[in-house]
Amino acid sequence: MSWGSASEFFAMGGYGLYVWGSFGVIALCMVADALTAIKRHRAARAEPGENG
Amino acid sequence: MTRPMLANLRLFTFASPPRFYVLAGRLVPWLWVVAAVLAGAGLWVGFFQAPTDATQGDAYRIIFIHVPAAWMSMLLYMVMAFWAAIGWAFNARLASMVARAIAPTGAMFTFAALWSGALWGKPTWGTWWVWDARLTSELILLFLYLGYMALVNAIDDTRRADQAGALLAVIGSVNVPIIYFSVKWWNTLHQGATISATTAPKMVATMLTAMLLMTLACWAYGFAVVFTRTRAIIAERERDAKWLNGVSS
Repeated sequence: MSWGSASEFFAMGGYGLYVWGSFGVIALCMVADALTAIKRHRAARAEPGENG
Repeated sequence: MTRPMLANLRLFTFASPPRFYVLAGRLVPWLWVVAAVLAGAGLWVGFFQAPTDATQGDAYRIIFIHVPAAWMSMLLYMVMAFWAAIGWAFNARLASMVARAIAPTGAMFTFAALWSGALWGKPTWGTWWVWDARLTSELILLFLYLGYMALVNAIDDTRRADQAGALLAVIGSVNVPIIYFSVKWWNTLHQGATISATTAPKMVATMLTAMLLMTLACWAYGFAVVFTRTRAIIAERERDAKWLNGVSS
């Protein structure tokens, strides 16, 4: 597939809202899920236990 | 006696939370890299190599995230139910922790499948949602994940929480084959299986390549997130253990 221009690419043949709405929201969800897990691990390590 | 025999086979070597913590910690950075590279390759093939579909135009490109997300939602549920059951049956702490670690990511992929399905359904079916067997059973899967998370978090006693969660996860697993076969068993608006082991793919090679690359990217991502969250749970529970202080995070 060769897109004529950047605007043609973003338009997705008129389905831009649906295509980018899918990929964009899912990308945000995946990043949020990953960051939550990383932050949870950092928080657990930052809090000292009885031997830390 | 089966237990000493199993111990001799070293089957439970990585069932030890400290060992798993260290091993997973080494793997996670590489899993992020693999996920990013595969996702980049998959998106490139999907958006720049795969042709526009003759009937659906470019709306069909949603398939490159929709199908991997839907596969992940079902696969992660089965893996979660499996480890929850192992944790319950053998009183294996790590297995129950892995089950807990999977649930949020499984729920996220279930939401992703439903969300992308709605955004694909609107331009192709003319509706965001329809109460057909495939969509309804996938929505039930989301509720099963959320129910499992709510249940294990509501019970203070960790072992009891894990047991209750395992019961829910195992009973709920009957829903997964229902989702998978729903398009065969019922007359649904949703199309049949995209990929089958017994028939030739009904897709252009570049489309198939993009979808498989995205699927592998989701696998690597899934391992990375689940391992990270499992390590977080281990660190939370072993906060007072001496071994944790000798291990880098």
